[in-house]
Amino acid sequence: MTYFNFLAVNSSAILTGIVVTLQIYSLSIITGTLAAFVIAFLLMAPFGPVRWITTAYVELIRGTPLLIQLFWLFYVLPLFGIYLDKNVTGVVCLAANLSAFGSGVVKGAIESIPRGQWEASVALNLSPIRRMRDIILPQAVLLLFPIWGNLLVEYLKHSSLVSLVAITDVMYQMKMINNNTFDAVQSFGTALLIYYLISRLIITPLFRMLERYWGRRIGVG
Amino acid sequence: MGFDWQWDYSIEILPALLHATINTVIATFAGFAVAMVLGVVFLAGQRTRYPLVSWLFREFVEFIRTTPLLVQVFFVFYVGPQFGVLLSPWVAGMTAIGVHYGAYLSEVYRGGLYAVPKGQWEACKALNLSPARTYLGIILPQAFPPCMPGISLYLVGCFKDTPVLSVIAVTELLNTASVLGTMTYRYLEPYTIAGLIFLVLSLITVACLSMAERRLRKMLGLPDHRH
Amino acid sequence: MLQVIPNPAERYLVTENPQQPLVQTRGVTKRFGNLTVLDKLDLDIANGEIMTIIGPSGSGKTTVLRALMTLEKIDDGVIYIDGEPLTHMQKGSNLVPATERHLRRMRSKIGMVFQHFNLFPHMTALENCIEGPIHVLGLSRAEARERARELLEMVGLASKVHEHPARLSGGQQQRVAIARALAMRPKVLLFDEVTSALDPEVVGEVLTVIRQLAKEHELTMIMVTHQMSFAREISDRVCFFYEGKIAEQGSPDQIFNRPQNPRTKKFLNAVLEGS
Repeated sequence: MTYFNFLAVNSSAILTGIVVTLQIYSLSIITGTLAAFVIAFLLMAPFGPVRWITTAYVELIRGTPLLIQLFWLFYVLPLFGIYLDKNVTGVVCLAANLSAFGSGVVKGAIESIPRGQWEASVALNLSPIRRMRDIILPQAVLLLFPIWGNLLVEYLKHSSLVSLVAITDVMYQMKMINNNTFDAVQSFGTALLIYYLISRLIITPLFRMLERYWGRRIGVG
Repeated sequence: MGFDWQWDYSIEILPALLHATINTVIATFAGFAVAMVLGVVFLAGQRTRYPLVSWLFREFVEFIRTTPLLVQVFFVFYVGPQFGVLLSPWVAGMTAIGVHYGAYLSEVYRGGLYAVPKGQWEACKALNLSPARTYLGIILPQAFPPCMPGISLYLVGCFKDTPVLSVIAVTELLNTASVLGTMTYRYLEPYTIAGLIFLVLSLITVACLSMAERRLRKMLGLPDHRH
Repeated sequence: MLQVIPNPAERYLVTENPQQPLVQTRGVTKRFGNLTVLDKLDLDIANGEIMTIIGPSGSGKTTVLRALMTLEKIDDGVIYIDGEPLTHMQKGSNLVPATERHLRRMRSKIGMVFQHFNLFPHMTALENCIEGPIHVLGLSRAEARERARELLEMVGLASKVHEHPARLSGGQQQRVAIARALAMRPKVLLFDEVTSALDPEVVGEVLTVIRQLAKEHELTMIMVTHQMSFAREISDRVCFFYEGKIAEQGSPDQIFNRPQNPRTKKFLNAVLEGS
């Protein structure tokens, strides 16, 4: 059948898939981004054991494959008495992964702010919270935008793995369609196209806009 | 069923998991070897004089880098039978990983090539060296060390991506762990041990690769790039 | 972009006498976007002559060297080396733009020493000097090493043949670069501000080598330099470039002591002010 036919016949499945993908993705990146900042601060805590435990957490997540983390959470958490909906499991897994990888980037950005900014804040007698919130973080965030944009494109790709724990996202739907139609080119090809378009047309331009907006807001760039 | 780690079960399944680990390592190196070659092909394709060809390669590389490996694996595995060609899981898996990581590596290679100072190209021209000699003797030896951090990064990434191949029944570590789990309904031990194996191997690989990078720099007489 | 030139003898007169200039540029023009860096340049350099080009930045002096070394493509005009066109090939009675093959054949007659040396960092001094002879001139490894050793000894670096550039001072690296260029036995050697990137205390050792080359060898040399006293000392002829053209040329005595062109005077005054 022609491509248009293909799309028309499977439209509801495809649309459901896109909606689920976007839901899982946006929830996990928002949670993950916030968590990344928290982890970054924990990594810079003045208290030794806090730093060590956090470092262990980060190294554990960075050293193990995302798919194993996903399966582990899916199958092993119930043994601890934690019964989560599969969608929540997917979001938690992606968010935790992003928090670990992202924390290094956040920490790097904060540490790259010139020493003079810290010293000026102290000289003005700003409280540590104010110093971080009003001086350091706004500048660090501006540095983060381009890298974070790349990171988030990575996580859109990672989100396709949640289909393997039966979350009905784009990948899952296309696998079903392929099982029925045996048309790999159209089914998986469309899946590739959808992920590509979301990245190219939504995520990357959005981040460039956010970067410019933030730059204007804090008066730099 | 609660949290209850069974040591004898762990020891029982360990041989199977270790055997699968070997498969994982083979898959990583085989796939990455393909990727290293394809990376050169993709870069050369982007640098040709023919605008249409270089545009095609450029868009293809971007497309591969922006789309999930999982979907690419399924695509490669199932597209064959659609046209009557049966691909074994290993061949399909190596192809998908090779193309996916080849795209990433072409960017790494590009960075390394650009890191060679322009004056080197000019000195080669002044000495009237042939293009072949220019690349092989002068440019590539200098382009390679800057590539090493990127290559290390993606080698470890490739290693951690091999579990994706379990979906097309490549008998690597995650696949074996899953099979053991479904057989005995005990998932805790197989997945945890699999995760730990990955962790240990990742850490070792990262350490070895950074040592190798420093050695290579010293051997080639290039200055040390502390980062 | 170079075009085919029909009946070149009309527009691009090349002297037919036996004392033919080794290097000739005829009507050479080079543009970078809207900027004309070389403006219908006619330059002759005789065999064995030592010519120094001076002038303000942007006057085209480095560009003409780079064009001679085929590092830049000219937009108009012809360059001749030893009576044969470099940038073009003879085809019937016309000159057509040169192919890469032709350029490769001609290029070995020219050598260049760069401001930033451009030594190959992953090779020793000796290996830098044998690279060209082995892979371009086809010498055996033994012959090439022999030649390289002689040249490195001549520039005073016999004890450093097995050192990598990173272990050599700027002055030493530049001397290796000169040896490397000489190993190709070029007919004309180009020096592009070869002391500008050096610390003052090592400039002298490089100038000494160049002085020696000038005295003892029949080498044609074209130098772009800011070292005015050195230029005055060793040049046979000095050319003052201004906005892509030769504003004035003559013997060192003429140019430095009795400049005619007001721009030359202005430039020389400014340079003397700075030194």
